[in-house]
Amino acid sequence: MEDTICAISTSLGIGAISIVRVTGPDAIKIVDSIFDGTLTEKETHTIHYGHIKKQEETIDEVLIMLMKGPKTYTTEDIVEINCHGGISTTNKVLEILLENGCRLAEPGEFTKRAFLNGRINLLEAESVNDLIIAKTDAARTLAINNVDGILTKKIRSIREKIVKILANIEVNIDYPEYQDELQVTKELMDKYLKEINIELDKLLDGAKNGRIIKNGINVAIIGRPNVGKSSILNHLLDEEKAIVTNIPGTTRDIVEGTISINSVAINIIDTAGIRETEDEVEKIGVNKSKDIAKLADIVIFVANNNEKLTEEDLELLGKYNSEKLIIFINKSDLEQKIVIPKNISQEIIIGNTIAPNGLDELKEAIKNKLKLDNIISKDMSYLTNLRQIDLVKKAKKSLTNSLKSLEGQMPVDIIEIDLKSAWEYLGQIIGDTYQEELVDNIFSNFCLGK
Amino acid sequence: MYEIIVVGGGHAGIEACHIAAKMGKKTLLITGNIKNIGDMPCNPSIGGTAKGIIVREVDALGGLMGKIADISHIQIKMLNNSKGPAVRSLRAQADKITYPKNMQEALKNTKNLEIKEAMVEDLIIEEQTVKGIITATGEKIYGKTVILTTGTYLKGNILIGSENTPGGPHGEARSNYLSDKLKEYGLKIIRLKTGTPQRIKKDSIDFSVMKEEKGDLTSWTFSFDNKPMYDPEKQESCYLVYTNEITHKIIRDNLKKSAMYGGYATGVGPRYCPSIEDKIVRFADKERHQLFLEPESLYYDDWYLQGFSTSMPRDIQEKMVHSLKGLENAIITKYAYAIEYDAIDPLQIYPSLENKIIKNLFTAGQINGTSGYEEAAGQGIIAGINASLKLDKKEPLILKRSDAYIGVLIDDLVTKGTIEPYRMLTSRAEFRLILRHDNADLRLREYGYKVGTISKKEYEKLLEKKKKIEELINYLKENHLKINEKNKEIFNENKIELPISNISYYELLKRPEININFLENFIKIDYEYEIKEQVEIMIKYEGYIKKAYKEAEKLQKLEEKEIPEDIDYKKIINLASEAKQKLEKIRPKTIAQASRISGVNPVDISVLSVYLKKEYNK
Repeated sequence: MEDTICAISTSLGIGAISIVRVTGPDAIKIVDSIFDGTLTEKETHTIHYGHIKKQEETIDEVLIMLMKGPKTYTTEDIVEINCHGGISTTNKVLEILLENGCRLAEPGEFTKRAFLNGRINLLEAESVNDLIIAKTDAARTLAINNVDGILTKKIRSIREKIVKILANIEVNIDYPEYQDELQVTKELMDKYLKEINIELDKLLDGAKNGRIIKNGINVAIIGRPNVGKSSILNHLLDEEKAIVTNIPGTTRDIVEGTISINSVAINIIDTAGIRETEDEVEKIGVNKSKDIAKLADIVIFVANNNEKLTEEDLELLGKYNSEKLIIFINKSDLEQKIVIPKNISQEIIIGNTIAPNGLDELKEAIKNKLKLDNIISKDMSYLTNLRQIDLVKKAKKSLTNSLKSLEGQMPVDIIEIDLKSAWEYLGQIIGDTYQEELVDNIFSNFCLGK
Repeated sequence: MYEIIVVGGGHAGIEACHIAAKMGKKTLLITGNIKNIGDMPCNPSIGGTAKGIIVREVDALGGLMGKIADISHIQIKMLNNSKGPAVRSLRAQADKITYPKNMQEALKNTKNLEIKEAMVEDLIIEEQTVKGIITATGEKIYGKTVILTTGTYLKGNILIGSENTPGGPHGEARSNYLSDKLKEYGLKIIRLKTGTPQRIKKDSIDFSVMKEEKGDLTSWTFSFDNKPMYDPEKQESCYLVYTNEITHKIIRDNLKKSAMYGGYATGVGPRYCPSIEDKIVRFADKERHQLFLEPESLYYDDWYLQGFSTSMPRDIQEKMVHSLKGLENAIITKYAYAIEYDAIDPLQIYPSLENKIIKNLFTAGQINGTSGYEEAAGQGIIAGINASLKLDKKEPLILKRSDAYIGVLIDDLVTKGTIEPYRMLTSRAEFRLILRHDNADLRLREYGYKVGTISKKEYEKLLEKKKKIEELINYLKENHLKINEKNKEIFNENKIELPISNISYYELLKRPEININFLENFIKIDYEYEIKEQVEIMIKYEGYIKKAYKEAEKLQKLEEKEIPEDIDYKKIINLASEAKQKLEKIRPKTIAQASRISGVNPVDISVLSVYLKKEYNK
């Protein structure tokens, strides 16, 4: 590749160390020019201590990992700078690199280079992306398994089944005079196609779990102001020693954090209290809360044991179906004034955050809602990203069309057309067929750096 | 001084010289033996799956093969009739005496064409440009372009057991030096192998124990311009024969005596046309292999034993043949043999079939690594057309993969090369629903008209056909089935479910159980068979056909992404070394062609695309 790129490759949260990564033909030269040691003559795959300097000013005390190509992730020279001074110094280091001839990497560009340089195949490239953003152990296992190719194997085996039928049909077509060869009859086709259909269904079923493992699930806590939403969040997070971050840009305080239940990432989002208001700014917050709840996988509706439900509460409760909704009645230590309408059939947990009480039940309820127990015990060959899922869906659609043609008494050459497309779609998942748009699509879905 | 010299009077040479002469070029056909022009040295048939469609395409472009086959066959049938419109294909048993005779007659009557008997042993080359040919006697004949269609005659060797006899088929003389000369001029020569089975004397065959295979009772023609000229009731039959355990044992016991397994041969044989010993070795668990007995001619008694090609010595062949049921007392009139011959590596030719190294030199047929009369004819006509266009300083005719099987054939050859004789299969075509038997004229006649191989009259006939097709489609759209007692009765009689409402005939025809003939119970359809067939296919498979055209368009976009001729693949650092080598060697014209090269994987195409974008902003 022509130029040298750099990016901060650790997440921009609070952490002890952040890493700035540089790759390209001039990676070593550029870092050398801002480092008070020398790297050029050093052995590959070694670590060096020193300082990043801007003219005479010392910016940060760093450890530098030197990896010379081709035995690197991108096959080009890679230099990784471990910065210790927090986000603003890391940004500064990045800035200096940019001033000295690096270009800021596009999202996923490191992996794109690894791919274009033939270091990794398409599926690996996608899995690496998954690895980058894996939040929990299970997600990491899933990502590693994809790199190792369990999913590849699975898809390959389905493709082999299809290609076997295709080949048999082709023989029947190209050598019709050979009556001894197995004739792929409509009955046989029907049998084979249905078998393959089941396998595709299994892949798609797994896809849901794959997505849950990779992205986690979103749990929104909603309710009127001061019913104890934030306390519930803090309790759940404290216990798990998770990090609470303020997401910038949101109107009024929407806070989220991630905990792990059965190794699945649970993103808990605390929303602004919902109430009737004339305040324009608060209105925006209220609407935002409603939007978040709408998109969440699970909604925890929190009410105060000590207060009656308002009209708005009831309206809100009616919005979510029971599959998604958990009701938590907080402040069980106070006098019960709340009256639960009889028509509400959802699970209700009563507890308080002072004792605390009922929070384990709440976690259990989340777990049950998503049937999380079923997920982890299965093997890890799930489809994990939208592109893979989309392709399997397309393959399935083609297969369904093929079955339709079969039922519609179409001749075998017509039936075969869609079967071939199904085969090609599956091939695209593992990079066995080529479509030019593909590469750009995948890589624009990548996060920054590795 | 000729404008075009064609070397070789086989199926490629015939189409090449005929079309060149038709395009008004002063053409010379040189052949080793004039009596063998249009000869069928191997199987006595024209057509077959995919191949039959090539014959139609040659005809659509103004060629001879289909027209001559129509007046020379003794049996004809439509293959894969029940397997769908995309894979239907005609196959005829051509009479091995009549076919060459009719072909020679047709060439004699071709204006601008001279025929000469001589063996060509060298080319006249000046500045990497061909200027003519030199015969075995040293005679120099000058021509502006030369088309080589040498078949199996370049250093041909006939192999029977350990016997190795230099020569072409029928004991004809071979060309001893031409392939060496081509090598000297810079071409890479490859060695290929093919084979032909025994011929059996008719009286010695017991047909009564064999299964008979008859021709179709429907009349067919290859040519779009012919009407059927035969009586379907009076066709010759073919017969099925099977190998058995005894046959297999004889072959296994004597394997080392065959030329191929004994190590007497060097050429690479085709996978799709294995010798019987190959079949026994590779499919050891198969209890029997199917063979066919086909009549070669009405004028002599040889029957062709298809599927039994071998390079075993004669005594073993006797035993093998006699082990077959019905052939216990068979008299072998010709023993099976393998033949090795030189060909050029087709990666050295352009899609126009002109040579990349020697200008104005074209090649077609087996010399390009193919097998089969039809594959040869398909290339021959393109070589003839493009040599003529070159003389007129016009762009060559390059058929796309979505235009014709001929397009697929040539693209495969010049893009992927071949290490075995290449045979066309329907599965090689990704757009076979477009490349049908029935629409070859609709696909190609316009090209023919543009380059001058199709007359104005023939072209107007095509336009008329197109008009009628459109008319009939509209007619079926505009008219609706009336649900009355009489019509109900007809549906009931045919056990076909009656539609609920008065739907159009167009919609009705989409139903799988209904064909266009059934519609004639309700509505007058006064059109020829070809029009009705075309309309039926277009309506019935409309959705699928539309999809195929869409796919073809998508590919076309990649075909339009041209790779600059001066590209230096060495400069593309991230290209895998295998891909670099292949691209350097083949120098594809487009990204689409590059993506079809084996060994060039998607990553390489991506790298190449990135490079083109960067360097040329393509």
